[in-house]
Amino acid sequence: MKVLVAVKRVIDYNVKVRVKPDNSDVDLANVKMALNPFCEIAVEEAVRLKESGAASEVVVVSIGPKACQEQIRTALALGADRGIQIETEELPESLSVAKLLAKVVEAEQPGLVILGKQSIDADNNQTGQMLGALLNRPQGTFASEVKIDGDSVNVTREVDGGLQTLNLKLPAIVTTDLRLNEPRYAKLPDIMKAKRKPLDVKTPADLGVDLKNHTRLLKVSAPAERQAGIRVASVDELIDKLKNEAKVL
Amino acid sequence: MAILIIAEHDNSTLKSATLNTVTAASQMGEELHLLVAGEGCAAVAEAAAGVAGVSKVLLADNAAYGRQLAENLSLLVAELGKDYSHVVAPATTTGKNVMPRVAALLDVGQISDIIAVEAADTFERPIYAGNAIATVQSLDAIKVITVRGTAFDAAASTGGSASVDRVSPAHDAGTSAFVSEEMAKSDRPELTAASVVVSGGRGLGNGENFALLESLADKLGGAVGASRAAVDAGFVPNDMQVGQTGKIVAPDIYFAVGISGAIQHLAGMKDSKVIVAINKDEEAPIFQVADYSLVADLFEAVPELESKL
Repeated sequence: MKVLVAVKRVIDYNVKVRVKPDNSDVDLANVKMALNPFCEIAVEEAVRLKESGAASEVVVVSIGPKACQEQIRTALALGADRGIQIETEELPESLSVAKLLAKVVEAEQPGLVILGKQSIDADNNQTGQMLGALLNRPQGTFASEVKIDGDSVNVTREVDGGLQTLNLKLPAIVTTDLRLNEPRYAKLPDIMKAKRKPLDVKTPADLGVDLKNHTRLLKVSAPAERQAGIRVASVDELIDKLKNEAKVL
Repeated sequence: MAILIIAEHDNSTLKSATLNTVTAASQMGEELHLLVAGEGCAAVAEAAAGVAGVSKVLLADNAAYGRQLAENLSLLVAELGKDYSHVVAPATTTGKNVMPRVAALLDVGQISDIIAVEAADTFERPIYAGNAIATVQSLDAIKVITVRGTAFDAAASTGGSASVDRVSPAHDAGTSAFVSEEMAKSDRPELTAASVVVSGGRGLGNGENFALLESLADKLGGAVGASRAAVDAGFVPNDMQVGQTGKIVAPDIYFAVGISGAIQHLAGMKDSKVIVAINKDEEAPIFQVADYSLVADLFEAVPELESKL
């Protein structure tokens, strides 16, 4: 079974993002970029499926400008077999991303597509589900455990209040949550080897997808800052303040 | 055109997140319809009919919808949604699971996790873990939206007198099936709905020490949460996580105990009315957002606080 993993290049999660002074967007000039953390978990899960014998090949796909080849190479260093970049100047919206991925799925016919549940830039949490709908395939979102069982997969999901396990007929879509696995670090020899792994470049036109915007970004602003309050010296003072000043007890 | 709201429920009770979503929807238009899709969920539809501001309840009672499976539910919502200007759901794990499928089936975009309604087509939503707020205008004829419940007041659960119409379409994609669930058993209120939340971080040291927070929470009728650091360290399960990658809470009082205050945690609790931080590191960033800061050893301060309340 082939596994397809979709990955996204995003701001490094350790970097605090700043809003541009003209409020047009966030400022990403000269900011450190990285593989989206949830996508890294997706790559790790696919590689583990291959190591366990459940998967035969891991193909990684990313959409964006040429720079996103860096993240494809990272995924190849982590153990993916080959890469596909779909070259776009701007980052398309989720539905367009899902349409592009659907075309890749039609061509590659993977048994499983694994994606991060959301990217840490737009925080949309949409692409995997949209892909599922476009392909009419079942989905296991926010996965904390993935077990292939013959021609189906059992996915345990992180839901409000606990865990839910679903059985999905393959081919299926899985989106990853934090506790699914702990991604490995790429070793230097693997990073060198990754440079020689195949990487195809395609365009949306090659795939016959017309990128359409469904939203217009009007403004990006910094969130309201919360002011620091006061220091209390003791538990007694804290209780007094909560009762008599904040009146919340 | 009217607005279709997807009710959050467990086939027996209407979840409070629905009420916050009704308030958000009421700012987008006037005629509100509430869809209750489930199995044996007539009682939920009855409760939904009483929600103030709702003019019609659509009841889809079918085994295919019993577990809110996204494959089946999205087909129903997309079919019904064609006749509406907005299709709106709470940004719970159910809403997040189902709605993007609905949007794709309708060939429209989705606007996720809105925190304010500026106009019927324009919304505010947090991006970059809440470090920026985007104002986004929808260009689609049908707007598919999920709502962050803590950003909107709850609509009154009584006072309404909506009609209940049964809708018949039964969609069973036949590709997914429920196997089992493991729900955290707790008499405490749900994290996102609690008026008091006591959260612990890496400073707790291990999972057993969360008992300290549990007894404080029980005394105050509150819920217990955790930072991502505490979850990553394996102290507590992920469903207790408060933060951008976990739950977003906005209680009357939030106790941050042994939590340093990483950006990603602040994104999940900074809208709390009053924040109390207890940490022995006086440089901890959490103190920059707390209303009341106590520099102390949590293992002494928390039991003392509990005993004196």
